[in-house]
This record gives sequence, C-alpha cells and structure tokens, in this order.
Amino acid sequence: MTTMTESSTPINKVPDSMMQVGITMRYAFRDYLRSRRFMILLVITLIISAILTGVVGYYRPASFLSSPLSFFSGWWGMSVTFVTVLSGIFFGGDAISGEFQNKTGYFTLPNPIRRSSVYIGKWLSAFTASSIVFFIFAAITLANEVYYFPGQSIPWQFTESFLFAWFYLVAVLGFTFFFSSLFKSTSYSILVTAILFLFAFTLIQTIIEGLAQVEPWFMLTYGAEIVGNVLQTTYPAHITKVAGVFGGDRAGAPTFTSFNVTVPEGLAIIAVYFFVTAAIGLILFERKEFN
Amino acid sequence: MNPSIEAVNLSKVYGSFTALSNLNLKIEGSKCVGFLGPNGAGKTTTLKIFTDLIRASSGEALINGANVHTQKKAALASVGTVIETPEIYPSLTPREALSMVAELRGVPHAERKKRVEEAIAEVAMAEWIDKRVGKFSKGMKQRICIASALLSDPRIVLLDEPTTGLDPRGMSEVRGIVKSLKNKDRLIFMSSHILSEVSDVCDEVAMIDHGKLLVYDTLRNVTAKFSGGDNIVDVGLTRPLQAGALDGAITKLPGVVSVERLDEKRLRIHCSGGLDVQEKLLAGLVGINIGVVSFQPTSSALEEVYLNLIKDTL
Repeated sequence: MTTMTESSTPINKVPDSMMQVGITMRYAFRDYLRSRRFMILLVITLIISAILTGVVGYYRPASFLSSPLSFFSGWWGMSVTFVTVLSGIFFGGDAISGEFQNKTGYFTLPNPIRRSSVYIGKWLSAFTASSIVFFIFAAITLANEVYYFPGQSIPWQFTESFLFAWFYLVAVLGFTFFFSSLFKSTSYSILVTAILFLFAFTLIQTIIEGLAQVEPWFMLTYGAEIVGNVLQTTYPAHITKVAGVFGGDRAGAPTFTSFNVTVPEGLAIIAVYFFVTAAIGLILFERKEFN
Repeated sequence: MNPSIEAVNLSKVYGSFTALSNLNLKIEGSKCVGFLGPNGAGKTTTLKIFTDLIRASSGEALINGANVHTQKKAALASVGTVIETPEIYPSLTPREALSMVAELRGVPHAERKKRVEEAIAEVAMAEWIDKRVGKFSKGMKQRICIASALLSDPRIVLLDEPTTGLDPRGMSEVRGIVKSLKNKDRLIFMSSHILSEVSDVCDEVAMIDHGKLLVYDTLRNVTAKFSGGDNIVDVGLTRPLQAGALDGAITKLPGVVSVERLDEKRLRIHCSGGLDVQEKLLAGLVGINIGVVSFQPTSSALEEVYLNLIKDTL
C-alpha cells in the first residue's frame, strides 16, 4: 500500500454551482453514452427508420411522395413524437430515482454541491444524449427526403417542425425528471412515465376532446400536435364544428367539435409543462431524503 | 482553526419513531472518534444529517461552524465521507469517478491526475483504475469510495462502517489508512460495529442507543468508568500445564486478575489494563516457559462497556 502525498492545509476552492452543473453534466453524459440503454434507444430509432425506409421504398405511397412537405408530414410528423417520448423515458425515467435506489446519490451528494446542480447537470446530460438520437432520426429523415426529391429545397415547415419537436423533447424530459423525483424506485418511475406518455395522455385527450367536447389545452400531447400540424399544406383550423355527425341530416342531431392546437398555444403548453414540472421536480429532489 | 463537528440538539423523527433525540455532541481537534451503538441506534442517521443526505427534524449539524443544511458547500468543503455503501455511475472508471469528485471539490487541474492516482493506489486499486466500476464487487466499490473520501485531502473524514464488505486484507488496509490520517492532523468520526477496530484505531468513543448519546469520552476514561477494565485472553499451550503453575507463576504476572483452566492445554486469563499490559503478559507467559502457542484476546474492556451500557440490540 502506498501513501498519499502529505500536503499542507488543503484549501481547494470549490467551483461555483454553474461550473458544478457542467461537471455533473459531463460525467453523467459519459455514463449515458456508454450505457446499454443508449445503444438500445439508438437501435430502436434505427429500426423505426429502417421500417419507414423499407415501407416507403417498397410501396411508394402517394400520400408520402406527392411533395416534400407531405413526405415530412407522413414520415417525420407521424413518428418523431414517439422517438422523443422514448428518449424521455430512456434517459429521464430513472435519472433521479436512480440516485436513491441505485445509491449513486451517496457518492455524489455528500460533496460540497447543491442538489439542484446535480439535477440540472443530469437533465442537461439526458437532453444531450436524447438530442443525439433525435438528430440521427432527423438526419435519416432528411436523407430519405433528398433521395425521393432530389434538387428540391427542403420546406421551411420542416425546420419549424424540427424545432418544435426539439422543444417538445425539453418538456418531455422536464416531465420525466419530475416523475423520477417523485419516486425512489426506478421501475416505478420508468413505468409510470411510460404508461402516461404511451397510453394515458392519448386516452385522456381522446376522451376529453371526443366525448366531453372540451379543448384539451392542459394536455402536453395536445400541445405537441403543432409538430405534425405545421407540416400540413394548410395549418388546420383551431376549432372545427361538424353538424350531424351521429344523427345524419335530421334536425337536432348533435354537432361534433374537433380541436387543433394553434402554434402559440402549443408553444405555451410545452413551455408551461417544462417550467412547472422542472420546478416541482427540483423542489422534490431538494426535499427528498436518502433513508 | 481546529477541525470540528458539532450536533446541537439534533433530533430526527420518522412518524412515531424517534431515530435521534436531542443529540448534543462536539468533537474538535485532530483525533479519531469511534461512534458505537446497536442497529437502529441512530449512528447512520447522525452521519446522514452531517452530510445533508437527510434533514434534521430539529437542531443543527455544524461542521467547522457552518450549518450543513443551510451552508452545505462551506460545511462539506473540507470533509471526506463514506456513508453506507455508495454506488458509482456504472459506466465510469475509478479514474473518471474520482476525477469527477476532484473537479466538484475544486482540486486544481494540475494536481488532479496525481491525486486521483495516489488515492486509488492508497486503497490498492491501481490495476483497476481504468476498468468500468459496473463490474466491481462490493468491496472494490467500497475501496473506490474510500479513495474518493481521501481525494481532496480533507481535514474531516466521516466514515459509516468503512470496513463493511471488505475482505480481511481490505479491513486491515482501511484501518491502516485511518491510522495514517490520524498522523496527518485529521478529525475522523467513524461509526463501526467492530469493537476491536474501534479499540485499535480510535482515541475517543461516543456511544449512542435509541437515538440518545450515552457517553462520549476518551477510550481510556470510558473503559475506566464503565468497565472493570478487564480483558479476557485465551492462551493455547503445546503441552499440558504442570500442576501448581496456575497458582504460582501465572497469577503473579502483571495485570492478571484470575486464571481459568479450559482444558489441559488451554487457559482463559482475565487481566486488567490495555494493550501494553497484554504485551507484558504475553512476554511473561513466554518467559515462564509453559509452551505458549497462541494468545488471543476474546473480549476487551470496550466490549464490556458496550455490553454494560447497551442492553438490547434494537
């Protein structure tokens, strides 16, 4: 056994919280990149891309290939929110609960560092890792578009949709981190976020919109519809009333109302979800005890 | 300034269960203090409060005068800790994990690499420094965590059962590390179940039970006050003891209180005094040529104190 160099009084200047956020982010990101889950998510994204490439290449559906915009609407608009949600679940689902259940918090937190620095650092690393997967999916989408529409310019709506989807990723990660702070069990936090995003939100939104005929302005998934809507040739009307859907032409038949989120409304919903869930998640993590 | 840790009316309550009850304890200066108590006594709770892993229900935990909860960065700036058995991000290597801690603690860039390598070498993990932690055994991870606690050369070291999960060599090495820290003017506060370990490395001892501090004093004072000061040593012989030897030479040896014959080749000697007396006793037994082949303390004064003060395990 060797002996450490004996130093005089050790006075290390502890970095400020912003620097500690950067340090945490760098090492957590390295951990994410090497993890099996990153590879799994990458493989899932590549499988989705491969299926789309195969189906479009083989069947050449007119709805996809009539114009660059319809191509993006069919390809990107239909699947990017799924990729985004998967990234959120994979990287955010247990990001904070793992600190408790896996006991990594016992290694990092008894250092001179605020919990908020760990939370934000881990959030940024999850966002960076998710963004890599997101960019790969965007690159494959673009490559296919260039293949089918050579020489044609990429519609500006795709850039808009890309940015909206990326913004949606921010909110999804904010939300998954919030749920991750709520539980100390990694499986609970991953399961609950997966159920919410993959089934519950869609179901609730359908019920509220279809049966209660109320605009679901409080649902994150409703706000995220701007990602696909912006790729349509004409942005859909905010409220559409269709008379006599269930009663034919007879007098007094009920009117069915459908809702389409407007861009400002969608951005506001996504932003509010992010800020509120991030703030609550942070408070929960600050207060939660390592029992 | 002398390193110090202080609990002021520290309490922790979980519903109807009181884990810690008005703990008042001030430890100051360079020394090693053993923190003893049965399971559930409040040892880990205390250490977790001192590292801000949990919050006190009332009272304050101060390190070098700074409140651990409200001034965490100031309080923990010169503290190295190992609480329970921490886990490290599994995809990182010990070099990376310790570099992260070094950066978070502000170890200067120029010294970082050297400090990390020295800390890893100190816990005898040099050959594993670039392997991923995810594949390590519990004991190996514990060594890395101890290295991380020593990394920034802290003035105060808080250890929660630091030898848990280690093999005998690892336990011995950790004790060696703790002893070497004592020589570097550090304050070490260490919880342990292993009384011989505490006797071996600690200068002072604090005993806690049901969340209440029972005693805090030097090891010498505690044993003098709460035990008869007796140690029990089992002695093995190569040949049967000759008649009269018990009443004669052995009982006259220094520190011997009584002698009991376990069988014809084994004795149990009750003696008073510390390690120095045991040393003289062993020399004396060898000197009277009765064929001593083993000399094993089976109980210590500290154990007697522990058993006197702490009556049940939970």
